[in-house]
Amino acid sequence: MLQIFPLEGLAQLFRIFVPFFLAAIAFPQVQNPPDDGQWTMPAKNYASTRYSSLDQVNTGNVAKLRLAWTFSTGLTRGHEAAPLVVNNTMYIVTPWPNLLYALDLTQPGAPVKWTYDPQPSASAQGVACCDVVNRGAAYYNGRIYYNTLDNNTVAVDAATGKQVWKTKLGDINQGESMTMAPIVAKGKVIVGNSGGEFGVRGWLCGLDADTGKIVWRAYTTGPDKDVLIGANFKPFYKADQGKDLGQKTWQGEQWKIGGGSAWSWISYDPDLDLIYYGTANPGPWNADQRPGDNKWTSTLFARRPETGEAIWAYQMNPHDVHDYDGVNENILLDLNINGQTRKVLAHPDRNGRMYIMDRATGEVLSAETFAFVNTTESVDLKTGHLTINPSKTTGFKTVRDICPAAPGGKDWQPSAYSPKTGFIYLPHNNLCMEYQGTQANYIAGTPYVGANVRMYAGPGGNRGEFSAWDPVHAKTVWTVKEMFPAWSGTVVTAGDVVFYGTMDGWFKALNARNGSLLWQFKTGSGIISQPVVYEGPDGKEYVAVLAGVGGWSGAIVAGGLNAQDGTGAVGFLNAMADLPKYTTKGGTLYVFSLP
Amino acid sequence: MFFRCLSGLLVLACAGTCAVLRVCADPQNLPFSNQAREGLDNRVAEIVANGLDATLEFVWWPERKASVAQFLDAGNCDVWFGAPSGLPSALTTKPYYRSSYVFISRRDRVGSISSLFDERFSSLRIGAQIVGDDYAPPALVLARRGLSANLAGFSLFGPEGEPNPAARIVDAVDTGAVDVAIVWGPVAGYFAKRAKSPLEITSVRPAAFAGIPFAFDITAAVSKNKPSLRAQIDQVLERECPAIRALLAEYSVPLEPEEKTPCASLQP
Repeated sequence: MLQIFPLEGLAQLFRIFVPFFLAAIAFPQVQNPPDDGQWTMPAKNYASTRYSSLDQVNTGNVAKLRLAWTFSTGLTRGHEAAPLVVNNTMYIVTPWPNLLYALDLTQPGAPVKWTYDPQPSASAQGVACCDVVNRGAAYYNGRIYYNTLDNNTVAVDAATGKQVWKTKLGDINQGESMTMAPIVAKGKVIVGNSGGEFGVRGWLCGLDADTGKIVWRAYTTGPDKDVLIGANFKPFYKADQGKDLGQKTWQGEQWKIGGGSAWSWISYDPDLDLIYYGTANPGPWNADQRPGDNKWTSTLFARRPETGEAIWAYQMNPHDVHDYDGVNENILLDLNINGQTRKVLAHPDRNGRMYIMDRATGEVLSAETFAFVNTTESVDLKTGHLTINPSKTTGFKTVRDICPAAPGGKDWQPSAYSPKTGFIYLPHNNLCMEYQGTQANYIAGTPYVGANVRMYAGPGGNRGEFSAWDPVHAKTVWTVKEMFPAWSGTVVTAGDVVFYGTMDGWFKALNARNGSLLWQFKTGSGIISQPVVYEGPDGKEYVAVLAGVGGWSGAIVAGGLNAQDGTGAVGFLNAMADLPKYTTKGGTLYVFSLP
Repeated sequence: MFFRCLSGLLVLACAGTCAVLRVCADPQNLPFSNQAREGLDNRVAEIVANGLDATLEFVWWPERKASVAQFLDAGNCDVWFGAPSGLPSALTTKPYYRSSYVFISRRDRVGSISSLFDERFSSLRIGAQIVGDDYAPPALVLARRGLSANLAGFSLFGPEGEPNPAARIVDAVDTGAVDVAIVWGPVAGYFAKRAKSPLEITSVRPAAFAGIPFAFDITAAVSKNKPSLRAQIDQVLERECPAIRALLAEYSVPLEPEEKTPCASLQP
């Protein structure tokens, strides 16, 4: 707990005493420190609630919210990062070339204090599957940690902008890249790779926060020793128990090119001393080529942060045939379920189901659908088994109306949880797809035949939704329809206001209790980033968000792709052909406050 | 990084006297291209630039995903050689060759293999290129036949600085690490020449199966909004057909029968 308090100068004194004091008082989410008004990691806290206890801005006055200041990043690709706010400084990581800006919040207009340029390889841009995005940085003990697209993790002095260390973790030449935001727990910077589109082998890595030395690397596929599975590994369900399943659930050597990258969110429970994250879909894409369960792809893992040792795992989508990565966020909550307080994680998966699981054991408590789903029937809570609908599986055949489409009921866009309402706030998709087994394509001098995918709006015709989910009763409370996929993250506050942005550039505030629209502002470009809430040096509450459309869904604008090729961006283009009519590209930070 | 970012004016100027022909090419991808300009497509680009009376300028860029968008739509180069015919969202020229995926094997180990339905496959270790996020097309059929366990995937890409990543699959046949490999013809032909063991190269038969083609027409690609540039390149490719045929022989490209006889219009 101590390490995430960004205190300096006089406040150094409190470093020693404050945490012990706080540990002694009752606090609803024991893994979270009290809210100091800062924003030190993308998910706000280790539990990843994206909940701010600030309430200056509330349902009664949010309509008066107005623009305080703006900042242009000077870049036009998709901006997915959350700004950080530490010691009255705001830190912004941009898409490639992954600049780190430090803005001085104590000065009018928040001028740039310094800019750090990691000088990533230009050719990394060609490797990224889905735009050259970056999902943000993490602050820890006076340093800013983040990943560059060309597979470096960097540590930068938060005060001076000087590089402390830089560690290379992967090879862009082989198709790897890094886009996720690190989490720093117990002195380890924990990061994972992207690049499932190139037959890479996924991994998660722990680096020493002081030195940048690689302490451990846990592969997603292969024998137990590579996956860091040992004597303490206790999966809840039989299907996940056994020796070397990361090797035996593949044929031959296919695990070596099996995908399962770890390109998204990590949560941490200091009490149980476990980190939680999910792995991506298996490779090759065409499932006919890889018989077996393909472990440990599309799997949730609990590991020790210091050693990477696996404690439990649950494969949500064995032998995935729909590109359902398991990488979405895990929100750590203590919920009263059937009269018992359970330490759970809430995981809204690409497959459209909200998994509520006992985070100590890996037992599934519920797994109901939050989006329109026809690919699966149910999850058996006794066995953990997911029953799939055989008529919607892919392969060498044409299959229509597969719902959800490859980006899932929900993709990476992180949700939030309010302890006041008890709801999880879910920005998500309503997309279906048509899948044809064959289409001629080309890479590096070599023609091939890939899958031809076209996506389109699901039932109702809206491509996105923003929903409130009751995790105790496993059901949707309210839903707001969005024309485009709701591809931004969200933040909810003690003022019962929930903020998110749309791909056509509306930044919205809803009433967290009933979903009514309280305020909106049109930004210069579509929003696919993560809004944050902080307290400024003047004691006022601010709401900040990066606009700058792009990403997988927004590639048609940011990448200037050709709208006539509906199969572009792995079929997403077909669903987004009209986006250029609604927004243009350009990265700008918007900061709002009350007058 | 793209070396320069020019306006479309130079391209329009190609209608008469073309100042510069900007060609996108991978800096490390023999036999097709490299920065020393030793690749087949480097040489074809030289022939075409000469034919257009243009100064040739290479724009070096690794060919990964979204090449069309990055090469052509973004205006970073005028043309890109080695694209399969009918590539979505680009204009492709008439093909300057047609090749096929091949089986490559050691003559002294398994001998020649040409059919996807060869009974020996079930007891062989089969190397297959990983192209995009799938196996090379013929391997899809082998996987369907239940032979996934026999497949070993080889990425097209290697570690930074490795000069010829595409050669590893051919080297694996040479050393006996795999019994047979499924390789795109030009790659197999080029790297087989340096092998220490005698290698057999045979085109995959049938040439297509279950709607999946194993042979492809190879062209030059230009942006959708530059049909006149495509017409000019088509003219040069036809005029220089004999020189290009000689190049294909020099690079040992296994050729497939084409609908029209190559260089037909030049024959008496």
